Amino acid sequence: MTNSMMLFSAAGLALIAGLAEADTSGKRIALSNNYAGNSWRQAMLETFESTGKQAVADGVVAAADAYTTSENQATEQAAQIQNMILQGYDAIILNAASPTALNGAVKEACDAGVTVVSFDGIVTEPCAWRIAVDFAAMGREEVDYLATRLPDGGNLLEIRGLAGVFVDDEISKGIHEGVAEHSQFDIVGSVHGDWAQDVAQKAVAGILPSLPDIVGVVTQGGDGYGTAQAFRAADRPTPLIVLGNRQDELKWWAEQRDANGYETLSLSIAPGVASLAFWVAQQVLDGEDVAKELTVPFLKITQDTLDEALATTPEGSVANVTYSLEDAQQVIASAR
Amino acid sequence: MNILLRHRIILPVVSLAVLLAATFYMQPRAMSYFGLNLLFNLAVPIALATIAQMMIIMVNDIDLSLGTFVSLAACVTATFLNDAPILGLAILLALILSYALLGAMIHAFELPAIVVTLGMSFVWGGLALFILPLPGGVSPGWLRALMTVKPPFAPMAVVAPIIIAAVTHLLIVRSGIGTVLRGVGGNARSVQRAGWPVIWLKALAYGLAGLFGVLAGMALVGLTTSADANIALRYTLLSIAGVILGGGEFTGGKVSPAGAVIGALTLTLAASFLSFMRLSPDWQIGAQGAILILVLTARLIFSRKGAGT
Repeated sequence: MTNSMMLFSAAGLALIAGLAEADTSGKRIALSNNYAGNSWRQAMLETFESTGKQAVADGVVAAADAYTTSENQATEQAAQIQNMILQGYDAIILNAASPTALNGAVKEACDAGVTVVSFDGIVTEPCAWRIAVDFAAMGREEVDYLATRLPDGGNLLEIRGLAGVFVDDEISKGIHEGVAEHSQFDIVGSVHGDWAQDVAQKAVAGILPSLPDIVGVVTQGGDGYGTAQAFRAADRPTPLIVLGNRQDELKWWAEQRDANGYETLSLSIAPGVASLAFWVAQQVLDGEDVAKELTVPFLKITQDTLDEALATTPEGSVANVTYSLEDAQQVIASAR
Repeated sequence: MNILLRHRIILPVVSLAVLLAATFYMQPRAMSYFGLNLLFNLAVPIALATIAQMMIIMVNDIDLSLGTFVSLAACVTATFLNDAPILGLAILLALILSYALLGAMIHAFELPAIVVTLGMSFVWGGLALFILPLPGGVSPGWLRALMTVKPPFAPMAVVAPIIIAAVTHLLIVRSGIGTVLRGVGGNARSVQRAGWPVIWLKALAYGLAGLFGVLAGMALVGLTTSADANIALRYTLLSIAGVILGGGEFTGGKVSPAGAVIGALTLTLAASFLSFMRLSPDWQIGAQGAILILVLTARLIFSRKGAGT
């Protein structure tokens, strides 16, 4: 696609966006959420509420209400979706308790003319839209970044997540695909950090004495800071550690940068994906032709955006971003 | 006795009617064929599970494994019954028989049902995970068609509970064997003295519970189109609450099938009602409990007065 074509299509999208306000101003959107018990979900709900409030104030939609089930159970959420149909919502944004057990309720919503957009916890019912996370791509991207920074290659240490969980398998698969592509790298060790700094620190401390020189560490998020601590405790030079957007990781990165010019990349999924789902639903209601399968972009923090990200991330939380209508349009356009 | 039985049904009917009126007031859209169906179709498997629980409570026991059992039946339905109907049917039949066997064992060895069923809940849960380690499976086409059929006049979600209530009422209240079964809960010894083999009766009650548990799992899959090993965990407590709300009592023999079905509908409606009220989820469980206590208090006052006059 040439630059001029991109400009042209961007102009076209802007034109459609201008029309969008008028067409969906009477529409009501609901968020069906199955769980609110951790910081990621809390951040997700906050982002949805602020996005929704703003959109209602701007007259883009008539209502944007968030509902969370009292118990994290598929049957509860199915009933919740059916209630939303009765309440006359035009679109339901859904973070599902089960990829399959809500399909009946989702189908009923579709049959009643309700737009269903699932994200994060997606549903398999074909009539719904899915905003999925490409975890394998996240793993590949880590190795791609290392390849740009370390063209000579070397030994890598892999920190994995919680064993037996789909996300861990996917990210690891992506990392190994990346290493196969960039043959200058070798994964010489692999430990499970369970996405927790303390577990990662112990695991890395245990394996370090048996490892040769490590030039880079590929991680899954929530484990970078612990890894760095383990390297320091073993008195070994700090390798290039790819981080995962946690506040403690970003803080450590900023300290290292100020002390010795440390440079790395941090990437993960932002809880603000709820706002992306909101805009995708708004676009569908607006009559836009949206592909059923969409992919969430990662939230990447680079050397340039580190200070900004660190300033906006509350302590103990994870870096977040609120997606705009333009971001959603970009995601929709790239899926065409 | 007949008057007492009628008394028993009045309160559940009134609670359901009040809640239904409040829901219609808050959400007039629910007052339609389509609306009633959405409001109540997930109550159909809960009603079946409540009947299953009622069978156990009827013989003076309590079943803490029902939720996992319904989940297991749902998993079998979404996998074997769909891929190899004969094998699936055989497995479901075996599940019912194992429930009957459980009942016989609990009686023969004088085991506390609460402990045995709590233990069995891990067995059922494990088997469900074994069959369906990841959520999935497909509902058999005929089952989906049956659960989504649109009968004239009233939606399936209303017709099905009426049929369930009528059939179980005939079986438990009207038939001779039903009377004996209730007698087991009321006074097992005198039933035994009268020459009935109590062990077989207990097996029959548990077998019936197994049958309705399996039906609940099948109905659930027909609605959700696929299964999940944890799909019905809530049903254990919902079913107990439904039985009690419907006029049943823990001191055996005093149960009302129609009341149990109405109790299940009331519980389902209560959850929707609270959601329509936009109550924060933190308060919803508490509010659900409050509704339950309110109805039970009303019943207590009601029965005291009845005893006084």
